[in-house]
Amino acid sequence: MAEAFGGYDAGGITDADAIARTLGGEREAYRVLVERHSNYVYRLAYRMTGNSHDAEEIVQEAFLRGYQKLQQFAGNANFGTWVYRIAANYAIDRLRQRKNDESRRESPSKPAEGELEVDPLSRLKDPAPSPERLANSAQLAEKMKEALQALTPAERTAIVMRHWDGCAIEEIAAVLKSNSSAAKNTVFRAVQKLRLALKPFAEHRGAAKAVGNES
Amino acid sequence: MNHTSEEELFAYREGEMKGREAIAAHLHECTECRAEFARIEEVFQALNTMPVPDPGEEYGTKVWRQIADRLPERRVSRWQGLFVPRRLLALGAAAALLALAFWVGRISKPTTGGGDIADAGKVRERVLVVAVGEHLGKSEMVLMELSNAQPADSGKKLINISTEQKRAENLVEENRLYRQTAVSSGDNAMVSTLDELERVLLDVANSPDEVTPAQFETIQKRIAAQGILLKVRVVQQELRAESEGRKTAPAQDNLTPKARNKA
Repeated sequence: MAEAFGGYDAGGITDADAIARTLGGEREAYRVLVERHSNYVYRLAYRMTGNSHDAEEIVQEAFLRGYQKLQQFAGNANFGTWVYRIAANYAIDRLRQRKNDESRRESPSKPAEGELEVDPLSRLKDPAPSPERLANSAQLAEKMKEALQALTPAERTAIVMRHWDGCAIEEIAAVLKSNSSAAKNTVFRAVQKLRLALKPFAEHRGAAKAVGNES
Repeated sequence: MNHTSEEELFAYREGEMKGREAIAAHLHECTECRAEFARIEEVFQALNTMPVPDPGEEYGTKVWRQIADRLPERRVSRWQGLFVPRRLLALGAAAALLALAFWVGRISKPTTGGGDIADAGKVRERVLVVAVGEHLGKSEMVLMELSNAQPADSGKKLINISTEQKRAENLVEENRLYRQTAVSSGDNAMVSTLDELERVLLDVANSPDEVTPAQFETIQKRIAAQGILLKVRVVQQELRAESEGRKTAPAQDNLTPKARNKA
């Protein structure tokens, strides 16, 4: 059933109409957009941060910024994609800020920021557990979460946008403020690092699959 | 061919066209590269194992509650407020009729001496009479449909009035325009009827799209209590008579609004 609120029918009103009404001074119309796109933005934010608390803050901030910048929204674009990008931009800034804060707090014996980006896997608790242990999907999920946390903010953003949300390389480049070639490399680097982190499990299964295909 | 590099396999998976056929052919023949490709694929499959908690169907409403107080009011001019698609449609139709009325008035050919202004006024008023008559007809239709519906027999828990609600929304906008025109022409009786009609239309427009039988009954009672249907019909009849009277006795036209005020 379409939900009605304050005279607005969320099922019947289009994004374009809701935007026009919001710009026309009807603040309540923005609610339609928030209710319609929050879950989508939340999934992105959760994958980027790895926890619900940060994800929820990112969602709120994305919609607040969306409201403030609504005048700049190009009508030919999709509002969902637009607010998604705002969330991705905010999330990456936040991750970078947090990383900088952590770096400052860490002891001088730790590698510099650039070195961290080269080998984030050193931060993983257990880089090479046995395949048996990783065979458990819950453990694999946990391992993946850790591996994602160990990526740089740019790599994490790139892999989340590319793999889960199927964003074009150009869209990723826009969020990373880089060019397409660099964005593609960032996705590749992220995959390489994840692969290294999951090596025991992936090799065990992958090899088995290849042998199976061969026979 | 040499073995395919990890980067090439990744690009192949990404759908890149450069060297695609050669890589595909090599993968077909080379067990080693095929195993390597499978290992890359495993990474993507493993990514899918990472669960994302479902924030729930009501999450959007929760976000709205969290941010609503922090959204500043937008300061827009009255004119900007009008440039909203929903309103533009309704206003467009009404404004087009009003414009037509004035245009017809302007192009009316003068006949004799001071008669040209009087004739232009008559034509303009005739178009307006037709336009307002149509508007009242449409309003009457919506209100009648709501009044005559019998929700008690339907056996449904909720009654969908979204169609009537949308029509009422559009009619409210038109109604405002005609009311303003009636105010400027001093037709107080018309102003009063359009004013009452607007309130009833607003009630319908602001209702939820699905209402309980009790809510529906309240709407019906509100329509009946105002006696608006009867008033709308009376004005419609007057306008019809006025329109017909114009065709047969145009000399009495300019007295009509005053006569209606008296009535």
